[in-house]
Amino acid sequence: MSATAAPTRGSIAKAINAGLRAAMERDDKVLVMGEDVGALGGVFRVTDGLQKDFGEGRVIDTPLGESGILGSAIGLGMRGFRPVVEIQFDGFVYPAYDQIVSQVAKLYHRSAGRVKVPMVIRIPFGGGIGAVEHHSESPEAQFVMTAGLKVVSCASPHDAYWMIQQAIASDDPIVFMEPKRRYWETGEIGDAADPLHVSRIVRPGSSATLLTYGPMVRTCLDAALAAEADGLDLEVIDLRTLSPLDLGPVLESVRRTGRAVVVHEASRTLGLGAEIAARVQEECFYSLEAPVLRVTGYDLPYPPSRAEEEFLPDLDRVLEAVDRSLAF
Amino acid sequence: MSTPVPSPPPVQLLTPDGRRTDHADYAFAGDDESIRALYRDLVLVRRIDTEGTALQRHGELGLWAPCLGQEAAQVGSGRALSSQDFAFPTYREHGVAWCRGIDPVKLLGLFRGVELGGWDPEAERFGLYSIVIGAQTLHAVGYAMGIGLEGAVGHGVPDRDEAVLAYFGDGATSQGDVNEAFIWAASFQAPVVFFCQNNQWAISVPLERQTKVPLAQRAQGFGFPGVRVDGNDVLAVHAVTTEALRRARAGEGPMFVEAVTYRMGAHTTSDDPSRYRDPAQTEEWRQRDPLARVEAYLRSTGTAESFFADLEHEAEQLGEHLRAACKALPEPDLADLFDLVHHETTPELAAQREEYRAYRAGFETEGVAR
Repeated sequence: MSATAAPTRGSIAKAINAGLRAAMERDDKVLVMGEDVGALGGVFRVTDGLQKDFGEGRVIDTPLGESGILGSAIGLGMRGFRPVVEIQFDGFVYPAYDQIVSQVAKLYHRSAGRVKVPMVIRIPFGGGIGAVEHHSESPEAQFVMTAGLKVVSCASPHDAYWMIQQAIASDDPIVFMEPKRRYWETGEIGDAADPLHVSRIVRPGSSATLLTYGPMVRTCLDAALAAEADGLDLEVIDLRTLSPLDLGPVLESVRRTGRAVVVHEASRTLGLGAEIAARVQEECFYSLEAPVLRVTGYDLPYPPSRAEEEFLPDLDRVLEAVDRSLAF
Repeated sequence: MSTPVPSPPPVQLLTPDGRRTDHADYAFAGDDESIRALYRDLVLVRRIDTEGTALQRHGELGLWAPCLGQEAAQVGSGRALSSQDFAFPTYREHGVAWCRGIDPVKLLGLFRGVELGGWDPEAERFGLYSIVIGAQTLHAVGYAMGIGLEGAVGHGVPDRDEAVLAYFGDGATSQGDVNEAFIWAASFQAPVVFFCQNNQWAISVPLERQTKVPLAQRAQGFGFPGVRVDGNDVLAVHAVTTEALRRARAGEGPMFVEAVTYRMGAHTTSDDPSRYRDPAQTEEWRQRDPLARVEAYLRSTGTAESFFADLEHEAEQLGEHLRAACKALPEPDLADLFDLVHHETTPELAAQREEYRAYRAGFETEGVAR
């Protein structure tokens, strides 16, 4: 099959689709598997057209069982394949939890490095789409705290296109968190990729540092734009890699601004913000002008959708936290 | 209470008193020399297992999961594997490990706590021991799906086509993963044989709590054949598993083998069966011992006394070797583990490794013993 030309512009969903296609064209051991990923193209159409072009042997509609998807993907990985599994929604990952945390995450270690697990676990995550229960959750911290997993999250079409290919090329298992409410946002796709496990300043500034990832990158950029009217110059860092964390750019930024606010949709207690706040105070104690603050989902089960706007961090909550930081 | 569904009689080719019998569908293909080879396996596996229990009692192992009583189920199935086939064990498959050529010292190492894995699964065609009940059956099915995707089935070439043997127990049949494995295997016509050692007990819970129908009968509901075999009859287990693997390699799909056996010992060395089962039941199964019937058969057909004496000597030597080798196993070094979490390690783990090394070095420079 001749290689499809790389896209120059598109939505996050289309960019992941193009990235999957490029990875499958490059390596015939790459498989896509999950529920409804074939003829339907996935419930978000991220795998649209792949089964038509690569066949049912490489784009596999599985029976309906998340543990079965993950467990059989482990065996396929041991056989030399590179499975990219789709968990249809964040809240459906838990039936596969044992296979992910006890099997996928530990196999390389238990085998003393003899068994590689080159698997990508794609999870559309987060709220803001008015969905029913179990369709809007942010479980990333549970995978970040699991030794043996790497976790990344894309926030732009450019990163979506390149990061999915880098994750597939990795010989380690990677949980790939996709910001589902941003699937349809469009943007440029450049031809130069950053390494997978680096954080990046997406908006330079000097007043305070916003640290975020996934769907909240857009929210923080909007907040930074709004803050300009008040004469504030906010720096925004897209963490991109949640495990391992790449805190080099974060620490450098906080040493300059003296103030950090972590923003994520996931609940507060032991969310990414807790780890980041701990590490920032360990490394930047004498540079801090204020405590590291967190703007997060509350420690609630995800609420009914008509209350989710109140639950999710938004522009106003981010700016309120920035004000508290500046007033400290 | 519903009436339990009656169990069909298991396939048997060697009676408990050592007489060969015929079966309409299955026959043991080997001669007495091959039966002597199987008997040697049974005796040596029992010795490995006995040593494991003894080493735990002497404080050399943290735990041991005995396979006492299940030797025929494990050796019969393990010896049915072709070299290119792949087996996925639980944590009790010491007899299968033996058949696959795994050094038994590696098994002792797992239970002593010096490592978590021990061998290269791909090279040995034998997965790592699996402790979360049933999880490995899905790995077996995935591996078998891979064989199917590569087209390594159905050529009719005995040393080319491949199959997978998935081990689990009666308790595991209640796990979701095992049921998903059945569904996946049927749906993808995967070349996998599900080998259930029904040893009657899931720690303290009897078979009756796991199922109201004979386990082998469940296979029909998933869309593939199931067969019951006398799990204490090494010839019958070998014959049935050989046929199931042949089917799988030929591309005819999965099959379920229920080896009806009995866990003669405790679940593990931490368990106390006297709290939950009647010694009379254990005694009843002792009359169906998997080794005694093969010995009776071989003696009745003229195997020389020297064979048994030599084997006893070999078992003694193996026992001595295992005791010495177990105590000589090198201790693990925590500092080595940081680089084995990921194929490409992370700066965070590298930093924690150095933090630990520096902490430990601090004791050495101060002259304080670790």
